Amino acid sequence: MKNLLEVDGLTREDIERILNRAESFGEVAGRPIKKVPTLRGRTVINLFYEASTRTSSSFELAAKRLSADVVSFKAAGSSVDKGESLKDTVQTLSAYDPAAIVVRSPYVGAAHLVAGWTAAAVVNAGDGKHEHPTQALLDLYTLRQRLGSLDGVRIWIVGDVLHSRVARSNILAFSRMGCEVTVCGPPTLIPRGVEALGCDVRYSLDELHQADVIYALRMQRERMEGSFVPSLREYAARFQIDGRRLSPSQLLMHPGPVNRGVELAAEVIDSPQALIVAQVESGVVVRMAVLYELLAGGGGAGRVLDAVTEPQPA
Amino acid sequence: MSLIDRRLNRGQATPVDALIRDVRLFDPRARIDRLGDLLIRAGEIAEIADQGTISAPEGAETVDGTGLHAFPGFVEPHAHLRTPGREDEEDLDSGTRAAAAGGYCALLAMPNTDPVVDTASVLCALRDSAHREARIPTGFLAAITRGQRGDELTEMAELADAGALGFTDDGSPVSRAGVLRQALQYQRLCGGLLALHEEDRSLSGAGVMHEGSVSALLGLAGIPSISESTTIARDAAIAHYEGGRLHIQHVSALESVACVEQAKRAGVNLTAEVTPHHLCLTDAAVRTLDTNFKMNPPLRSDADRIALIEGLRSGVIDCIATDHAPHAREEKEDPFEVAPMGVTGLETAFAALHTELVLPGVLALAVVVTRLTAGGAPFGLDVPSLAPGSAANVCLADLGATWEVGEAGYESRSANCAFAGRRLTGRVRMTIAGGAVAYRERSFAIGAV
Repeated sequence: MKNLLEVDGLTREDIERILNRAESFGEVAGRPIKKVPTLRGRTVINLFYEASTRTSSSFELAAKRLSADVVSFKAAGSSVDKGESLKDTVQTLSAYDPAAIVVRSPYVGAAHLVAGWTAAAVVNAGDGKHEHPTQALLDLYTLRQRLGSLDGVRIWIVGDVLHSRVARSNILAFSRMGCEVTVCGPPTLIPRGVEALGCDVRYSLDELHQADVIYALRMQRERMEGSFVPSLREYAARFQIDGRRLSPSQLLMHPGPVNRGVELAAEVIDSPQALIVAQVESGVVVRMAVLYELLAGGGGAGRVLDAVTEPQPA
Repeated sequence: MSLIDRRLNRGQATPVDALIRDVRLFDPRARIDRLGDLLIRAGEIAEIADQGTISAPEGAETVDGTGLHAFPGFVEPHAHLRTPGREDEEDLDSGTRAAAAGGYCALLAMPNTDPVVDTASVLCALRDSAHREARIPTGFLAAITRGQRGDELTEMAELADAGALGFTDDGSPVSRAGVLRQALQYQRLCGGLLALHEEDRSLSGAGVMHEGSVSALLGLAGIPSISESTTIARDAAIAHYEGGRLHIQHVSALESVACVEQAKRAGVNLTAEVTPHHLCLTDAAVRTLDTNFKMNPPLRSDADRIALIEGLRSGVIDCIATDHAPHAREEKEDPFEVAPMGVTGLETAFAALHTELVLPGVLALAVVVTRLTAGGAPFGLDVPSLAPGSAANVCLADLGATWEVGEAGYESRSANCAFAGRRLTGRVRMTIAGGAVAYRERSFAIGAV
């Protein structure tokens, strides 16, 4: 695999290979020295055109734990402010001969464009409302750790599907792994034609009890301006996951950061069914596995893989 | 008899004397479909006769038409020549050269330039430039509203006197029904067709592609079909009420075809056009996020495409327009949501339609040729014909030649072609426009017998 641009391009085998490798990195994460030498001497550039806390920090940690040199490049305070185009920026950074460029952009397809302009491996860390493939992979990883198998698991993705790259990647990823996916939210926030991604659509939580897993999406306040929903109060009344709606047999996920009291009530965030903290923990090992897949997985993969299944402290 | 309409402009052109031999003459409207020789004298079609029965007059060029088709020249009712203002993207010379290379013998340019063609002084300056630079007869439409802002009418009567072929705010809709109504009322005074870009901006919003399963997958904001169709229905009703004449530009949706058909049946005086890209491509192409598939209106579903083809066949849609819209390379290299809307199409229109629709048997060659030549009719221009006595407007094409779009660059200054990289079958070898040779393919031998 040269790049990770979207879940849509992944097979179930690809996904399982990455998750299995993440599991082996999970052992490293439990050690006092959490580092392996796999990418020693190689450079990973994080190119973030959008604010991000957990994605950028976990990519940085993942690269460092693989012993790569890491440069993190934030749009603010760079020559992007001087009007440098994405293409010029990428070509400039490519001159440093990075092994990988991790890119987040507010625009759909930005990572695809970057991949066309650089010889480095490209990881999409979120492109507009399109996809966020490493989020989907870490969600699969988290859920698989908890449940063992994902086949036949019924998942409801609840909230603002229209504006959510996480929703798009996760619908594709969960259904590829054999889950039954339902999306639910106000009709104004469910994109027309979304069924084609492989999910059912509901406009109320009446049948939420059917779900094994509830995946709540972040409800952004700025959506009020487009009158997608009349008020957060009305949204919360219809779609908030609270202690009444979440049954003890259901698991709860959320990509973070949570708007407490909007999409989730405080009592469920801290409940034992919530996997939200586990999702964040998974971020590092899954992103290590993704970097490994792109930078060390090809060619003589077998040998390197052996070296990593029994990780060496560096 | 003048060879071209007085409102059309072009640079210096020498009336041609030529004998095109052994060519397949094909003009469905004039019921001409035969092998023969075509004699052009002083820029006029003088004679059609059996092969070898005409001898070339002294000084006339002889063209070997063996294996070629001669069609009446095509007429482009909707091109963006970006002049004045963005001559880096296209100018009058390059744009009309691209048209001639596509087999076009006349072209109408849109007024959404910088400055907008909304006063007689801008229009006259543009006509002056075209009088020096245009390779084929070129006409200009003027804006319906000042600055195309949709608020106040332009001086439509003066613009008509200055040679505007019609009026359009193309690029933008006339959003306010009351303004369109006034323009239709004023049309009784000044004449001139109103050509409309139909879109309800409150429905298309920030949309960048067709709303459907592909936009849902890509997370791109969609432009629903109803954005176009509801506006057509509204404007047809206003035109009916005022007894005015409308031309609906670049129809893209199934619902829109139905609206046009219904309006025509109700007696509304309106015509409609469709582009080769909407006839040949669908939103599935946008899956690649290639910005050469970004235009407004957007590529729609296959059901829409089939309805457009059916509309073109039945005549609900009157003509084919390329909506040739050149854009600078660096702007088209932006991410899909940011890149400007529009694709070039003058050089590929015939080849694309021939390859995608005629060769697979979807549309008859006669339909494609008839609709490609009909673009000027709504604006009152003569339809080119091969019939003796007509001005010589001829497209000489090799229907067996295959080529890759863009392999040898473009005549246009821009390269944002929706068919870039495709292998197409059908190549224009030579174009005679308004009685003069406007284009000759480099490899096409001159005077070979």
